[in-house]
Amino acid sequence: MKFRTMAIAAASAAAMVAGAGFATVAAAYEYTVPNLVYRTGPYAPNGIPLANGFIDYMNMLNERDGGIDGVKVNVIECETGYNTKVSVECYENLKNEGESGALIFNPHSTGVTYALIPKATADEIPILSMGYGRTSAADGTVFPYIFNFPATYWSQASVFVKYVGAKEGGMDNLKGKKIALVYHNSAYGKEPIKTLEVLAEKYGFELMLLPVDHPGQEQKATWLQVRRGKPDWVFMWGWGVMNQVAIKEAAAIRFPMDHFIGVWWSGSENDVAPAGDAADGYLAGTMHAPGRDFGAIKDIITHVYDKGNGGGDLDRVGEVLYNRGMLEAIFTAQAIRNAVKIHGTKEINGKQLRDGLEVLTVTEESLSADGLSNFMKPFKVTCEDHEGAGLIAIQQWNAKDQKWVLVSDWIEPMTDIVRGLVKEDAGAFAKENNITPRSCS
Amino acid sequence: MDFLYELLVQPFADMIFEPLFFIETVVKGLMAGVLYSLVALGFVLIFKASGVFNFAQGTMALFAALTLTGLMEKLDLGMPHWMLVILCLALTVVVMIVLAVVVERFVLRPLVNQELIILFMATLGLSYVLEGVGDLAWGSDVKVLDLGLPEGVWDIGGVFVEQLDVIAAVAAGGMVAVLAVFFSKTRIGRALRAVADDHQAALSVGISLQQIWVIVWSVAGLVALVAGVMWGSKSGVQFSLSLIALKALPVLILGGFTSIPGAIIGGLIIGVGEKVAEVFWYHIHGGAVENWFAYMLALVFLMFRPQGLFGDKIIERV
Repeated sequence: MKFRTMAIAAASAAAMVAGAGFATVAAAYEYTVPNLVYRTGPYAPNGIPLANGFIDYMNMLNERDGGIDGVKVNVIECETGYNTKVSVECYENLKNEGESGALIFNPHSTGVTYALIPKATADEIPILSMGYGRTSAADGTVFPYIFNFPATYWSQASVFVKYVGAKEGGMDNLKGKKIALVYHNSAYGKEPIKTLEVLAEKYGFELMLLPVDHPGQEQKATWLQVRRGKPDWVFMWGWGVMNQVAIKEAAAIRFPMDHFIGVWWSGSENDVAPAGDAADGYLAGTMHAPGRDFGAIKDIITHVYDKGNGGGDLDRVGEVLYNRGMLEAIFTAQAIRNAVKIHGTKEINGKQLRDGLEVLTVTEESLSADGLSNFMKPFKVTCEDHEGAGLIAIQQWNAKDQKWVLVSDWIEPMTDIVRGLVKEDAGAFAKENNITPRSCS
Repeated sequence: MDFLYELLVQPFADMIFEPLFFIETVVKGLMAGVLYSLVALGFVLIFKASGVFNFAQGTMALFAALTLTGLMEKLDLGMPHWMLVILCLALTVVVMIVLAVVVERFVLRPLVNQELIILFMATLGLSYVLEGVGDLAWGSDVKVLDLGLPEGVWDIGGVFVEQLDVIAAVAAGGMVAVLAVFFSKTRIGRALRAVADDHQAALSVGISLQQIWVIVWSVAGLVALVAGVMWGSKSGVQFSLSLIALKALPVLILGGFTSIPGAIIGGLIIGVGEKVAEVFWYHIHGGAVENWFAYMLALVFLMFRPQGLFGDKIIERV
């Protein structure tokens, strides 16, 4: 797989050199879409499928449709190793790349998203932190260039509480229960704390906070705390090796897997594989369905993998994180189409793409047209709301069949509570940074 | 007042009134400590024989585990699992010996008599090279390492003990015994120590520096393999394994860079110390102290015994 990746990189480099050589010849206009990826380093097992899903979908569009509305998409990957400093360097190096300039960035890290918020806002380049990043960036009046649809960490935390409430026989029964949050001790892992604290107060459950330092290779003390505190449920905001070790440690203290829910970044095949049968029944949030039984993926296989141009191994296509990377590409493409329609030109820039993102409306019809029937639920982004308040489902790992299965309906977040918190936090950010919220009317 | 109570009274009261839980915490700390020691051992071996702090030791553990899992995937052609495991373990040992030869020939030999900092920087480079080669050869995916080691938990009177941890402890104990005998009782062991003291003096009495370095790097490679297997069995084999080296540093500071028993005792002290501090002083710090607590503990030792608990005291005439 790595050799193939290298071949793609070499081919891309050759193409860029060739492009430079023919700079005097009128080169076809392209949409430049950088992607901050980590195919190396400790978080590579998760970074690779995300990157593959993204580039495969864009390559499929180039192959099948000649790009987006006839304009080719040029995906430029920059290797970050999940390092914030390197990611910012990648951003600076790529923001003016290509005729269109960088149209959008996917940081693939909450920490990097935080670092890029002021830069991208000043440069008028949208950041798509799909389902991660700073939650209060959902307030488009304060964060005009940051998007975190289809749902934020706070929405997800509220959905977990709703799910637990339903399992306990009603939200009233949460009173007196204990929920532990095992989280990556970073900006990312700390995101849901505020919401969970508010919900703990509202519903009367006790919240137990258990941070785990990077990378999370050793967690015995954390799980000793779980064993001692005897929480009824454990939520996890983990990433990389932290997930795998946590699931193993949970099994080692015989914590019931069907009371252990991971955020959607803790719910991939990578996370459960090392624990083997012990991971059976482990739960995780998700914004989309797992598997490869979707038209978009079939098109990727036909137009990319069957021609030997796949970013990774064919048998990894359809894994949870692969599908998520593909989804980022699908939304990006949709936003480009919207921007072209709004501005009446195919030669758009980042600022214009922002307008396309702000009218992103995902419906059953648009999902079907994108080959994603039953893949996720509709949502709508607006100038004010960059989250879209999409629905979230719970999936469960079936160790015997080695696959994730949706085990809940699509659950609506507690929007009333989450939106209030978003407004409050965004307002504080605006005040701190002397930002005057824009008008969306 | 509350702070002082939580700092000085409550933790000890908890230890007394929750004796089973305290025992379990100590046991888990000891088991974690054994795993730290396994990594620290590799550092000690190379430092003892060459005075070089081998920055690549963590990456060697990763490389060994990657090679093992990679070979097991490639050679899984229907033979019995135990046979596959033995074959792949043997092949991985060969790979680690070949690596030792290559390191000696292309990294160390050109740097004989250079400053130790130069050799250290070379191992830093080696670490990156090994990571890159491992990535190219075996890919970056999480690999499940199934050697058939027991994975369950023993419930001993309410204290949970992981079977894999016990296996690791036995492996570490066995290795220490063998290495202790090797260093103190064999001719090669004495030669290793001579080389560590002075390269040129060792050469002048007929000790082959090249041979010694190949041997010591091979042994460190085997230790890395065992460490990689134990850690990899718990988390899957993936690139974060190379970061386990960070866990070994405080162990080395505490135990001494030149002492094999020091690596073991240091590992156990760090393991128990960080677990007890994390669990029983949780109300004070709110968790996630394991990483920095180990270094703090090591620094406290450093103030009183700069050479570590068992390290050689360096006395230089000026």
